[in-house]
Amino acid sequence: MNFITAVSTGAVRAGTSVMYASLGEVVAERAGIINLGVEGCMLAGACAGYIATAETGSPYIGIVAAFAAGGLLATIHAFLVVTRGANQLASGLALMFLGLGLTAFFGRPYVKVQITPLKDYAIPGLADLPYVGPVLFEHDVLTYSVFPLAALLWWFVFRSRWGVMLRAVGESTESAFAAGLHPARIQYAAVAFGGALAGLGGAQISLAYTATWVENLTQGRGFIAVALVIFAMWNPLRAMAGALLFGGAVALQLQLQARGVGVSPFLLDMTPYLLTIVVLLVWAQRGRDAFPAGLNKVFRGTG
Amino acid sequence: MGNILPKRGRWLLLFAAIFAIGLFAAACGDDDNSSSSKAAGSDKKVTIGFLYVGAVDDGGYNQAAYQGQKAVEKLPNVKVIKAENVPESAEAERVMEQMIQQGATIIFPTSFGHLDPAIKVGAKYPNVIFLHQGGLKTASNVGTYFGASWEANYLAGIAAGKVTKTNKLGYVVAFPISQTLLNINAFQLGAKSVNPAVTTTVVFTANWCDPAKISESVKNLKDQGVDVLNQHQDCPGAGIQAAEKAGIFSVGYHVDDSKLAPNGWLTAATWDWTKLFVDLVNQVRAGTYKVSQIRQSMADGVVKLAPFGKAVPKDVQDQITATQAKILAGTLQIFAGPIKDQSGKERIKAGEKQPEVTSLEQMDYLVEGVVGKIPQ
Repeated sequence: MNFITAVSTGAVRAGTSVMYASLGEVVAERAGIINLGVEGCMLAGACAGYIATAETGSPYIGIVAAFAAGGLLATIHAFLVVTRGANQLASGLALMFLGLGLTAFFGRPYVKVQITPLKDYAIPGLADLPYVGPVLFEHDVLTYSVFPLAALLWWFVFRSRWGVMLRAVGESTESAFAAGLHPARIQYAAVAFGGALAGLGGAQISLAYTATWVENLTQGRGFIAVALVIFAMWNPLRAMAGALLFGGAVALQLQLQARGVGVSPFLLDMTPYLLTIVVLLVWAQRGRDAFPAGLNKVFRGTG
Repeated sequence: MGNILPKRGRWLLLFAAIFAIGLFAAACGDDDNSSSSKAAGSDKKVTIGFLYVGAVDDGGYNQAAYQGQKAVEKLPNVKVIKAENVPESAEAERVMEQMIQQGATIIFPTSFGHLDPAIKVGAKYPNVIFLHQGGLKTASNVGTYFGASWEANYLAGIAAGKVTKTNKLGYVVAFPISQTLLNINAFQLGAKSVNPAVTTTVVFTANWCDPAKISESVKNLKDQGVDVLNQHQDCPGAGIQAAEKAGIFSVGYHVDDSKLAPNGWLTAATWDWTKLFVDLVNQVRAGTYKVSQIRQSMADGVVKLAPFGKAVPKDVQDQITATQAKILAGTLQIFAGPIKDQSGKERIKAGEKQPEVTSLEQMDYLVEGVVGKIPQ
């Protein structure tokens, strides 16, 4: 496999989990709620998906469980910040530690259990295409689904009526309320959906990529996803690009090393954070325009 | 929305939360296992603390050390406190001080980076003995112990050198420290002893346990023609499964993971800390323990070679068993000169004996035939 194809293929594999989480966080933040507990939701999805697969033998049931677990955990966050008016940052961090602790506890008996992983399906015909074949058409169903999902979410956020409602709530809950919307309901839905997608991201690691459960399996990818949302300026397609850049950085360092080229994994591990800082510096003004104004404050009840 | 709960409801919720946390804490308290046997109760009761950098069921490094803890627990009049997921930072100091407050007089900090915190805490509590796993320095009450896992990796290298068809071996390594470099070098030397054309490509992941990165490394190595995988990770399970899926051979580490790779499994360097841990505890209790850097080898039983997989032909198994006998007898020295580094420079001169273990553990180079650079 040539160098570019190998790195691109690796970028897709390594970027998918972060892409799910990042897309989910875009939706939540578009509703004006920041969830720093994405890492916890990813872990919940990875662990619940693994347990469900181990118990039922079907990774597809695992996917459903991962979606539900990520969504449920995020709903706690929604309850705390939307209903109880808690500090979003504190609640998010608490959620991360809760996810880490719960999955360590419930996942423990499954560390040594082997599962039937999600299989890679090479799409007949397309997989044989030179260059793009291996990059795009030799993956598992979670990886295949994430690209159409990104496009769909872009359409949803920027072109659909529902998207207008979501963004209205994210800009100003008061105005949205005055316009006859139910800001709290929309925020609940957005945060839960965001957590559910993070759960799918976790499941891609535990069910497809590694077929493994160990404590803290996601190793900080949830935080990278949150950082990428800023890089993406709350745009699902940019989030997709950002996640691919992250995956590319991982794939590049490993591919270079596999080719015997000396490269520091420590340096390349910083790439997503460096990218975010660069974006904050260069596109500061444009970024401010895209920033959902509602993230500036915590919305408290409308009665 | 607003105040959906009446005032009293909120108080109830608060109490429920406190109650739940209390229950959870009580459940976690079970971790402090204590066991005592009535058979020999003459000794004074002793409390021993164990620190792990990861989870004790990681299927690797920590699990191997935990087997040693379990053997210690069976000793009479011993109370064991264990702490998992202790970072290699000041947090480790806090955990050790807590253990000492609970009466611990012997502490096993089992991860490489727990050494400096142990030395710091040790200076404050001169009566507590610290037994550190893998440390390269000591203090007046901090001793270390480790095992020569590279001996087993040399033997695994023979298996790898024999079964490879592409003459390319791969090694997925967490961090570049002397102990990982020793394993890589011994593996390459073992492979080269039976197959002069063989090379070993190294990939560093900069993390002790990131299964996704390990899996990705295996795929990338496979793309480059590597057909035997070895690893120095705390949790090698994901890499072994990735190798099996990619249809290449694999060498494990820490524990026997052969069931993860029914086709490609070769063997593994595994740990058996039980005897050493029990001996050390007995020595400290008897007052005969002297602070030192204990380094045990295959001959002491600390390092073992896991059972061979079916991918290792019978004649190769016999050859490895014969080589192992020479290592056990001390007639084969893996790092006897000449040993050249990647640039061809002689690091151990021809005719020189294998250096002492403590100086081997200063190793900062990769031997000839290893592809890849040590990240700075």
